[in-house]
Amino acid sequence: MNNRLRVLRAEHAWSQQDLAERLDVSRQSVNAIETGRYDPSLPLAFRIADLFGMTIEEIFQNPSKETEK
Amino acid sequence: MAMNKAQRRYARSVILLMTGYVLTLFGVVSYHNNHPLHGALGYVAGVLPALPVIGVFFVMGRYLVEESDEYLRAQTVRQSLVATGFAMSVATAWGFLENFDLVPHVYAYYAAILWFAGLGVGSCANKLLERGAGE
Repeated sequence: MNNRLRVLRAEHAWSQQDLAERLDVSRQSVNAIETGRYDPSLPLAFRIADLFGMTIEEIFQNPSKETEK
Repeated sequence: MAMNKAQRRYARSVILLMTGYVLTLFGVVSYHNNHPLHGALGYVAGVLPALPVIGVFFVMGRYLVEESDEYLRAQTVRQSLVATGFAMSVATAWGFLENFDLVPHVYAYYAAILWFAGLGVGSCANKLLERGAGE
């Protein structure tokens, strides 16, 4: 699933490890989510959204809308 | 890479169980060499080396329950599924080959050894998928 996590992280000048610590997950998890290899569960997606003060849809692109384009 | 709490508990448990396995196996085999196992006590002694191995299956399940990082948990689930598929496939194929007298008989506990080898195959599969995705 495409997402803006890498951009948002860069805007905060956080490393993957910094973000992982803030989300209480491993650095591998952050990397896998950023590169679209792993889609986070809804609770983790909410944690990510809360951390950046955004909604889930502002960070993660709706896959059904991706295919429509 | 630093291990988290669940990974440390899993690693510690596996080391303890494998130490127990080696000690139990040597103990039972030594005893059997001097006093062949038979009767109810024989069954109890004979199954003792299996218990630490069964314990490893348990701690793997416990790790999956305790691992709070969902991505690492998903990786381990995939690794275990690959291991299970690998062990079951080889055991099934070997069973038919054995049935037609094409290969020698092997003890059933080799299924566990195949499963542990399968964890290695599963780990390689995880790494290849990671690499394929450009990490």
